[in-house]
Amino acid sequence: MADLTDGRGAVKRRIGTRLWLAGGWLTLLLLAAVFAPLVAPQDPLAQDLFLTRLPPFWEKGAEAGYWLGTDSLGRDVLSRIIYGARLALVVALVAGSITCIIGSALGLMAGFLRGWVDLVISRLIDIWMAFPPVLFSILLIAVIGPGLHSIILAIVIIDWTRFARVIRAEAMAQGAMDYVASAQVAGRGRIGTMLREILPNVLPTIVVLLTLEMGIAVIVEAILSFVNLSISTDDPTWGGMIAEGRASVYQAWWVLVFPLITLFLTVLAFSQLGEGLKDRFDPVLR
Amino acid sequence: MSFLSVKNLTLRLRDNRAPLLRDVSLEVSAGEVHGLVGESGAGKSMIGKAVLGILPRAVEIAGGEIWLDGVDLLALPPAARRKRVGGLAALIPQDPLTALNPSRRIGPQITDRLVDILGWKRAEAEARALDLLGEVQINDPARVMRQYPHELSGGMRQRILIASAFAAEPKLIVADEPTTALDVTVQKQILRLIAGMQARHGTALLFVTHDLGVVSKVCQSLSVLYAGRILEQSTVRDFFAAPSHPYSAALLGATPKYTDPEGSLTPVPEAIIAGLRAEIAAYDEAHHG
Amino acid sequence: MAELYTVENLRLSLADMTRKPLLGAAPRIEVLRGLSFSIAKGEIIGIVGGSGSGKSTLGRALIRLLEPSGGSIRFDGQDITHLGEEALRPHRRRFQMIFQDPMSSLNPRHRVGQIIAGPMRLHGFDQVEARVVQALDHVGLPRGFAQRYPHELSGGQRQRVGIARAIALEPEFILADEIVSGLDVSSQAQVLRLLEDLVRELGLTLAFISHDLSVIRRLCHRIMVLYRGEIVELRQTAELFADPQAAYTRELLEAIPLPDPDQRWI
Repeated sequence: MADLTDGRGAVKRRIGTRLWLAGGWLTLLLLAAVFAPLVAPQDPLAQDLFLTRLPPFWEKGAEAGYWLGTDSLGRDVLSRIIYGARLALVVALVAGSITCIIGSALGLMAGFLRGWVDLVISRLIDIWMAFPPVLFSILLIAVIGPGLHSIILAIVIIDWTRFARVIRAEAMAQGAMDYVASAQVAGRGRIGTMLREILPNVLPTIVVLLTLEMGIAVIVEAILSFVNLSISTDDPTWGGMIAEGRASVYQAWWVLVFPLITLFLTVLAFSQLGEGLKDRFDPVLR
Repeated sequence: MSFLSVKNLTLRLRDNRAPLLRDVSLEVSAGEVHGLVGESGAGKSMIGKAVLGILPRAVEIAGGEIWLDGVDLLALPPAARRKRVGGLAALIPQDPLTALNPSRRIGPQITDRLVDILGWKRAEAEARALDLLGEVQINDPARVMRQYPHELSGGMRQRILIASAFAAEPKLIVADEPTTALDVTVQKQILRLIAGMQARHGTALLFVTHDLGVVSKVCQSLSVLYAGRILEQSTVRDFFAAPSHPYSAALLGATPKYTDPEGSLTPVPEAIIAGLRAEIAAYDEAHHG
Repeated sequence: MAELYTVENLRLSLADMTRKPLLGAAPRIEVLRGLSFSIAKGEIIGIVGGSGSGKSTLGRALIRLLEPSGGSIRFDGQDITHLGEEALRPHRRRFQMIFQDPMSSLNPRHRVGQIIAGPMRLHGFDQVEARVVQALDHVGLPRGFAQRYPHELSGGQRQRVGIARAIALEPEFILADEIVSGLDVSSQAQVLRLLEDLVRELGLTLAFISHDLSVIRRLCHRIMVLYRGEIVELRQTAELFADPQAAYTRELLEAIPLPDPDQRWI
């Protein structure tokens, strides 16, 4: 009957435009970050007081080699954006992954194993979420001191609950399904069932949350560097550029706008990546 | 003039143009109960949904006419069509579990449609809801109006959905497998209820089911569907006396009859299925798929 | 004939979570209230009742998805009433279950082949791939279906996969919990016919749970009618239909709509 009357099996999954666009942007960014010394037209730290506040290439008064203009110290905006991507991506990938692994594991155990495991983890989540996140992270950095490790730690500590709550709910819903009872009837143990039966079914949600988290991590880093609590060296950061650009926004709008656009596109790309991956790889057609 | 007249209705999936209904025509008179019978996927639900204008987004109407009370629904602009159908028709859905909003009380779920879409005053709507809940034999209707769906049994919920369907005195109700999810004893109560209310209110009923036993109790006429095509249409009397299409006879053979265990629960023979598939393939060829 | 199952005074109560107080345990509802019966090897027994009768709970107690609160269950002479998961594991392949809902009983993200093979690998079977093919053949599904996902199959096909999974372990006993309740009349007939054939061919003992007596008539040797956790009638099929003793049995019979416009019914 299925092959005659409904096209269930026949509807092709189209590789979404959004997967191409999101993936494309992020790949571009990744390559730029990795090959920054080769790709960036200028030295991001080089100050040249004769070339301050040069506009982007399409405006009058622009100079060749400084495509997106320069800031008030004569540093090339494009090169700084490229080098800034390094920090952004490292934070996104490392902080995102650690947060995901810790949060998902705890959520999965709480949601499926229930009992005292759930009791302990749920209380932990509730108490943890009562702390205001921004204050918490500032406090944390004040205590440990600024640096890459602090940023990553701050993000993990604050955001693991996001994963834990959602994955717990999903694991609970899946745990009530008959295919789980079937695994028990077949003689599979609890941990085995959790990993082989439940995990594949919560994985799509984990992937979406992970990419979302990566986007959030980029923003958090930008906020921290905006308020000068990020890394301690002079390496360019998008948040730092935005902070500096704010001061001269009327004379040199490009110093603020281009890093802002890059930040926006990157966060957008991360969120769309998750959805796009889910659409493409999840065997269950919606 | 029939109250509902479906002419040459063809439905297909938007994406790949796979046909779901192939040139379906049927007539239902005012106050008549007409059964739509067939396997899962035969398209019987789709007919009802097409009439009510609630087809899933993935499905499109590729041809045909739907005349309700003398008006061609498909010729109307969507807003006018919704208004017309809303005033004349209603649905009794299949699954009482998912058809009610779990986070709202019962009362508003019945009265909202009357107040928001049909412009009743709230007091009138509530009085009507109470009346109807009594008519579907719910004790203490006032209390039930304040309850949430999860506090009630499947049978109760289906009664509420039935009450809800009759609320605006529709002239046509589409009952989409209303007892499939219910126990056999509850099914009997619900069918009795639907038949009683239908007779009392004089509503035409399009009754979708795969169970010929149910059809013989509630319907006056029926259409047998397979793969979106109507194979047979007749009165219930004529059908059960002597079905004309071999597939209909096979369906009867498959229907459980505890009075004849050896002659029932017989799977539909492969030969008949093969014949039907050939027929459908030929139809699709002739209509360019 | 040898007894495969001997059940004595089985009691089972479940916590009523909707009435759980903030602190303390939830009150318990007695679902099974002292059932005693036996199932012979090779027998097909029907368990019939409405919702709330406890039939599903009884089924799940028999295959130890649930632990009884009282009484005893003996499987092939061995007391399995309170065995823990570890002790039960070696026994598990001897009693298997087919579930009601074809949508939720198959893992949506496992392929059909994986679903059938899973339990076999768990119990250390050899030549698992060959056995999967054999199981698919047995239930009349094409071999290519092993690569498909459950959502690519119809309800009747999914139910067959459930059957294939259950018989793959070569169990002695199968519990079929309302396995045709969600299917249309032609799929229902096919699945029941398949089950009939398999039981005969593989020498299985079967407990068939249903709310519909007419489906049971053809399949079962003996029928147990449950009402609110108690057995109200337990007799050979033909006798029960010829002369139903319990009022509830009569109520169940009278509720069945036969495909006959002349039946006095509504």
